[in-house]
Amino acid sequence: MLTIAKQLLEEIGGHGARAYPNECCGALVGVAGEDGRKEVRALLALDNRREGEAARTRFLVTADDFRWAEKQARGQGLEIVGFYHSHPDHPARPSEFDREHALPWYSYIVVRVARSESGATPQRAGQAGGKPQEVTSWVLAEDRSQFLPEEIFPPAASNKG
Amino acid sequence: MTARGKGDFDPMAKIIVPTPLRQYAGKQEAIELAAATVGELLTKLVTEHGELRRHLYTEEGRLRSFVNVYVNDEDIRYLQKENTAVKDSDVVSIVPSIAGGNQHREARSGFLRRRA
Repeated sequence: MLTIAKQLLEEIGGHGARAYPNECCGALVGVAGEDGRKEVRALLALDNRREGEAARTRFLVTADDFRWAEKQARGQGLEIVGFYHSHPDHPARPSEFDREHALPWYSYIVVRVARSESGATPQRAGQAGGKPQEVTSWVLAEDRSQFLPEEIFPPAASNKG
Repeated sequence: MTARGKGDFDPMAKIIVPTPLRQYAGKQEAIELAAATVGELLTKLVTEHGELRRHLYTEEGRLRSFVNVYVNDEDIRYLQKENTAVKDSDVVSIVPSIAGGNQHREARSGFLRRRA
């Protein structure tokens, strides 16, 4: 189970909306218990290192960015417990590509972002061209065969503003 | 005095296991192993901790694309890759890069490009 405050889920949605039609990504920073439960205490928004057209369907956190994020987390006495990314115009379910590139144990939050009804210009960076929809969290099965849904607490339904 | 075999004089390097994989390495953050190269070090690591193998290597035996290996602060891609020599007290870190995204959309746009 992943505990994450409503405000942090909204921040993930906001990052996804600003990045739309590109994918956004970031690190979930928090604490983990021996029983596998994790609690997110902070987010580290990261640059999607995929560029141009590729950034609409892919995200990348480079090893250097990973090391930077880990250092930030440890500086706060916390650790990286997972990552989030957005799926513009696609369901909040991990793709086959996500699975192939995933690590066990981490929580992977996926937020679906749809085009904003206000018709904002989605091409302009930093403008909310998208509107966040459902948010889900997933953990890779130990045999790497599939992603397993992970319960979000408080439940995602009560996180909808 | 016992006879020494091959590898007995190899340097001892420390390998740092990333948090998600520690559960497959006896919950250890760092493991000291004797090896002449990074490749040997990784082979020993997955030989001693077999459950790590599937997460570090593909079924074809190549390091997975998201697995990056650093010797101290240098990515081995810019050194001699898995043939990079290790010295006593080197710190070898396994650092993941995180990748993903929506495959379906890319497949569709690829199709449209081919038609154009």
